[in-house]
Amino acid sequence: MGKEAFGLAAKDNSGVLSPFRFSRRETGEKDVRFKVLFCGICHSDLHMIKNEWGISTYPLVPGHEIVGVVTEVGSKVTKFKTGDKVGVGCMVGSCGSCDSCTEGLENYCPKMIQTYSFKYYDDTITYGGYSDNMVCDEGFIIRIPDNLPLDAAAPLLCAGITVYSPLKYHGLDKPGMHIGVVGLGGLGHVAVKFAKAMGLKVTVISTSDSKRDEAINRLGADAFVVSRDQNQIKDAMRTLDGIINTVSATHSLLPLLGLLKPKGKLVMVGAPEKPLELPVMPLVFERKMVMGSMIGGIKETQEMVDMAGKHNITADIELISADYVNTAMERLEKADVRYRFVIDVANTLKPTP
Amino acid sequence: MANSQSTDENKAFGWAANDKSGVLSPFHFSRSRENGDNDVTVKILFCGVCHSDLHTIKNDWGFSHYPIIPGHEIVGIATKVGKNVTKFKEGDRVGVGVIVGSCQSCESCNQDLENYCPQLVYTYNSSSFDGTRNQGGYSDKIVVDQRFVLSFPDGLPSDAGAPLLCAGITVYSPMKYYGMTEEKGKHLGVSGLGGLGHIAVKIGKAFGLKVTVISRSSEKESEAIDRLGADSFLVTTDSQKMKDAIGTMDFVLDTVSAEHSLLPLFSLLKVNGKLVALGLPEKPLELPVFPLVLGRKMVGGSQIGGMKETQEMLDFCAKHNIVADIELIKMSDINSAMDRLAKSDVRYRFVIDVANSFSSA
Repeated sequence: MGKEAFGLAAKDNSGVLSPFRFSRRETGEKDVRFKVLFCGICHSDLHMIKNEWGISTYPLVPGHEIVGVVTEVGSKVTKFKTGDKVGVGCMVGSCGSCDSCTEGLENYCPKMIQTYSFKYYDDTITYGGYSDNMVCDEGFIIRIPDNLPLDAAAPLLCAGITVYSPLKYHGLDKPGMHIGVVGLGGLGHVAVKFAKAMGLKVTVISTSDSKRDEAINRLGADAFVVSRDQNQIKDAMRTLDGIINTVSATHSLLPLLGLLKPKGKLVMVGAPEKPLELPVMPLVFERKMVMGSMIGGIKETQEMVDMAGKHNITADIELISADYVNTAMERLEKADVRYRFVIDVANTLKPTP
Repeated sequence: MANSQSTDENKAFGWAANDKSGVLSPFHFSRSRENGDNDVTVKILFCGVCHSDLHTIKNDWGFSHYPIIPGHEIVGIATKVGKNVTKFKEGDRVGVGVIVGSCQSCESCNQDLENYCPQLVYTYNSSSFDGTRNQGGYSDKIVVDQRFVLSFPDGLPSDAGAPLLCAGITVYSPMKYYGMTEEKGKHLGVSGLGGLGHIAVKIGKAFGLKVTVISRSSEKESEAIDRLGADSFLVTTDSQKMKDAIGTMDFVLDTVSAEHSLLPLFSLLKVNGKLVALGLPEKPLELPVFPLVLGRKMVGGSQIGGMKETQEMLDFCAKHNIVADIELIKMSDINSAMDRLAKSDVRYRFVIDVANSFSSA
């Protein structure tokens, strides 16, 4: 029953990944099947393998920044064919009929099915991209532009859309606007690239000076502010139209709110587990806002990837072999990566004999 | 104290707090200037008692400078107008709200959003540009630049209309800014049924919204529905009802300034829902981030409004017969009114009958 598959799974909340044989469904009439070439390692994968959010089902095959080449399409598939370069991000299904789905915002559908560790329509548990092949409904497949290197494009499928969506939705995409990016990691570095491509002025906000040179000279940020330095914060007060806040550790919102112009928007894309302190005065007296955002709909994910193709935007990656994955997770926990690990699945993920 | 000319003309009388006990008592003073070319002198008839008045006289926010005459929901009659004043003439019924000055040249001022001007001057407990201290409407008269004086529409009664000058604009402005009034039938939750909340219900209904009052107890339920016109009433301690209401509201106006949890309010919002904070708690509130991220929700704030939209609000209220529910008091009752206000024991705004409380100064 089903097709054989092979991957890396966590068996319990120690989070240690080890070889795992399983089966995926046969290619249904609306499905696209592809050979996985690369899969990005998202920090969410780390949270999930350790069950930090309490929603994990084991064995858990993570991975939702998946790219590869189509090997088979179902009879009713119209948009893709064998040989196409495609990707799958964080979602593999949604109800299709609620307000969110009809507006192309499957990510906010209450019945949205995530790429791994979620129950699918056939009652099976979804398995993610740390595996050799992937099958997915056509409606959740993203076409990867030909000119983008597949390994460095993989992280766009989660990190890319996570920062692109709020920049567009909150109108923070007009040339000449000035945005801040808090945290220079997987999300943050991609945010800088998209923002610059949109013609924005970008200030990176970080807790230490160590990434200043990178931010400005390599990623193209216009300015760098160390959030713990009162003087640097003071000089940058009331200068930003919006802030993309990628930090998921507990931190203070007060200095960030101070950096916003009146009516400015602080967008949370990192999700701290514990509530943060919300100083209400900046909101009331300067009509500032704090909002959240989570990935994006399929249509806008495609739009984002197409924009990346046009502007040659990819993630900065460290390509690793499958047997390095547990070490990579340990380093990710310490934020020791510039800026995304990507698993070279096709070349290094081999079934054990 | 900086220059204050004590001519007979600007002698004034009010009730002031002298320290953070907040006890108000009779106070003779001088208005800081005579009626200038751009000014309107207002004989005060009524003044609403706003919760901010109570916070200020007790120095809850830490920036009170005594003596303080509070009061920023002022309705009166123009008794003198300067020679450059075009919008008002003697005898006109006018209002003065929360602000009496701004720089008049910054981006906010140029957009008729004087309330966001970084050099904003409040009606009381603040200094004018010439350094003199401003005193508020618990007094017999006030002198204000014409830009900050409002025309009080014919249909609005002076006493019950007075609270619109702060409470009214404080709810009207965010309702417009955050898009709550664009479509009839959207669902607005009003958290807290006090001075701000009860007016939010009335204005929300006038805009064709479905309105649910969210409250800690069921005490005000029949009032809210039968008298104020709310469509439904949700008690936050009723966990089943709260569960049923999850994800049903497009907007929530949070008028509560006591410490409270935002989490249940966020859960009431639909995807893309907006929570607008209007109350000013003493300490920061707890912000659970997951609900914002998972549902693309937001929390914003707002305070009063610009002069143009305050006038627009007054005209709207006159057209729809929206006034505050008030308890009229004499100035001599103000201290016991403040005690009751601290316990939210008022349906829903005290208004001081100033003109009838004072003998001529």
